[in-house]
Amino acid sequence: MTDQVPCALNFTHKDNSLEAAFIGDWFLETEVEIPTIETVFAKLADGKNIKQLVFSTKELGRWDSLLMIELVSLINYGKKQNIAIDMTSLPAGIQGLLSLVYAVPEQAGGRHKQIQGTWLAVIGNAGLDLFKDTQALIIFIGEIALSIFALFRKKTSFRLVDFWLQIQESGPFALPIISLISLLVGLILAFVGAVQLALFGAEIYIADMVGLGMTREMGGLMAAVIMTGRTGSAYAAQLGTMQVNNEIDGLKTMGFEPMSFLVLPRLLALICMMPLLCLYADLVGIIGGALVSVSFFDIPLVQYLDRTAAAIHLKDLAIGIVKCSVYGVLIALSGCLRGMQCGRSASAVGDAATSAVVTGIVFIVISDSVMTLICNRLGI
Amino acid sequence: MQSPGNLTVTSPCLTIKDMTLAYGELVILQNLNFTINRSDIFIIMGASGCGKSTLLMSLIGLMKPNQGDVLYGEASLWQAEPEARQQVLRRTGVLFQSGALLSSMTLFENVALPIAEHTHLDSQRIRQLVSYKLALVGLAGFEDYYPSELSGGMQKRAGLARAIALDPEILFFDEPSAGLDPVSAKRMDDLIRSLRDHLGATIVMVTHELASIFAIGNNSVFLDTETKTMIATGSPQHLLAESKDPKVIRFLTRDNTDNLQKDIPKIKQGNTYEQTR
Repeated sequence: MTDQVPCALNFTHKDNSLEAAFIGDWFLETEVEIPTIETVFAKLADGKNIKQLVFSTKELGRWDSLLMIELVSLINYGKKQNIAIDMTSLPAGIQGLLSLVYAVPEQAGGRHKQIQGTWLAVIGNAGLDLFKDTQALIIFIGEIALSIFALFRKKTSFRLVDFWLQIQESGPFALPIISLISLLVGLILAFVGAVQLALFGAEIYIADMVGLGMTREMGGLMAAVIMTGRTGSAYAAQLGTMQVNNEIDGLKTMGFEPMSFLVLPRLLALICMMPLLCLYADLVGIIGGALVSVSFFDIPLVQYLDRTAAAIHLKDLAIGIVKCSVYGVLIALSGCLRGMQCGRSASAVGDAATSAVVTGIVFIVISDSVMTLICNRLGI
Repeated sequence: MQSPGNLTVTSPCLTIKDMTLAYGELVILQNLNFTINRSDIFIIMGASGCGKSTLLMSLIGLMKPNQGDVLYGEASLWQAEPEARQQVLRRTGVLFQSGALLSSMTLFENVALPIAEHTHLDSQRIRQLVSYKLALVGLAGFEDYYPSELSGGMQKRAGLARAIALDPEILFFDEPSAGLDPVSAKRMDDLIRSLRDHLGATIVMVTHELASIFAIGNNSVFLDTETKTMIATGSPQHLLAESKDPKVIRFLTRDNTDNLQKDIPKIKQGNTYEQTR
C-alpha cells in the first residue's frame, strides 16, 4: 500500500446528465476527510435540471468498501430525486457487488422505533411483571406439590440416583466454604462483642453472645446466603442450560416429567441438607468464638464451653434449624423456578443464574424478618 | 487490500506445512501439507469426526498445532508473536456454524463491533458501512433487529456480514449450509461465490454438503479418520472422476457406488463453475 493516490470525486455537468468521476485509491483508512457525497451532489445539482447520473472510473485506482458505500449513498440519493442512474460504465466487480446490494429490497418497517415509555408506564409495567412473577411462582409451587403427591403414589419419574447425587453436591461439597465463612462470623462476633463487654469486665458473656447469635440467627443465615450463591445459582444455570439445549423438551417427549425428574431431587436434597449444614455452621461459629476468647481474652476453654452450654437452650437450636430449613426450601424454589423459566439464548442462562440469587436472597430476608417477628411475639 | 476484477495469477495464499494436530495424547490429524491458492473456493471435507473443524481452528488461530505451521502468504501464523499473529488474522474473516452473533447486541452493533475496534472511522461512516454490508448479504434494513428475532439462515447471513466487515482477504466458513433448507443453502452458496468473484477473497470452507461441494468448490482436501491424514486433494469433480480411493468415492457419491457411472456425467453437466484455473 505504498504510493497511494489520494481519492477524489469530480462532478462534471453536461446537458441533462451529471458525470461523477472517481479518481485515485479509495481506502477506508485514508486520513483525508472526504465530504459526504450527498451534500456535494446536492449543491451541484441545485437548480439544474439533471435527468441522468453517469459514472466514470477511468482514473480509479485500488478500492475497498469505502468506494462502495459512497457509490451506494450516491445511488440512493439519486433514486430519491428520481434521477436515472447509468451503471454500465462501472467495472464488472463493482456492478456485481451493487447487484447484490440491491438484490433484496430493504425490509419495510424493519427499523425499530425506540419506545420510550413515560415513568408512569414504567411503574405500571413493573407492577404487571411482579404480578406475573407471583403467578408463575404459585403455579410452580402447585406443580411441585403435584409431583410430590405423585412421588407418594409411586407414579413418578423421580430417580433416587439423582437425589443422592444432589445430596452429595449440596451437602458434603459445600462444607469447606461453609466452614470458612462460619468460622469468620464466629471470630468477628466474638471480637466485636468482647471489645464492648470488656468495658464492663464481662468478657465471659462472649460465650453467650456467640452461642445464641450463631444458633438462633447467624449460622442459618450465613449457610443460606452461601447456598444461594453456590447451589441456587447452580440449579438455575443447570436447568437453564438444559432448557437452551432442548434437553427438557427431550425429557418430556420421552415421557419424563421435568418436575419430578429434575426439580424434585434438587429441592428435596437441599431441604434435607440445609438443617445439617446449619448445625455444622453453628458448631464452627462457636469454635471461632472460643478461639478468640481463649487466645485473646484469657478465658479458659472449659469455662467458655460451660457458659455456652448454659446459655443455649434446645429451643434456640430448634429455631435456627427451622429457619434454615425454610431458607432451604426458598433457595431451591427460586433456583429451580428461574432455571425452568430460562429463555433459549446463551445470555438467558446468565440472567437466570443472577435472578435466582437475587430472588433467593430477597426470599431469605423476607422470611427471616417474618419468622423473627413471630418468635418475638410468641416469646420464644 | 483487494483489487477486484483482475484475479489473474494463481499464487499461494495459505500454506499448511507438516502439520500435526492433537488433543493431548490423542492425535487427530498428522502430516498435513497443502496449499490454498488466491481466489480459490477451497473445501475441507471428510466424514464426521475426521478433524475438519479442528483443522479450521488451527487455521484461524484458535488452536496451536503440535507440529508444523500455517503460512499466510509469507507470514507464519504459529511461529509469530501474539501481536504479529493478530496482525495476520486481521486479514481474515470467520463465519461460525451458528453465526456466533453476540445475542445481547443488535445486528448493527454486531457488525459495527470489529469496524469500531480496528479502524478510525467516524460514526456516520460506520453506519453507512454496516448498512452496505448488511445489504450485501440481503439483510438491508435489519440493523435494529436482535439475532434472536431472525431465522437461522438470516443469522448466518448476518454472521457473514460481520465476517466481511473489514474486507478480509481470506474468508473461513464452518458448515455454512448446515441447518438450512435447500433453497437457503443454495442462496448461501451463490452468495459465497459472488463474494469471491466480486470481493476477490479466498474462501476456505469446512463442509460435507455434497451439493455445495460440487456447486462452488474448485479445490479441496479430503481428510480421513482412520489414517488421520489427508488422502486426496484436487477439485471435487476431478476427485469424483479420477480418484481410486474407495473412501473418497463413497463420500462423494453418498455411498452409492453402483450408480457412479450414471452420476458422474450428470454432476459434470450440472456444474456451471469452471473447474480449472
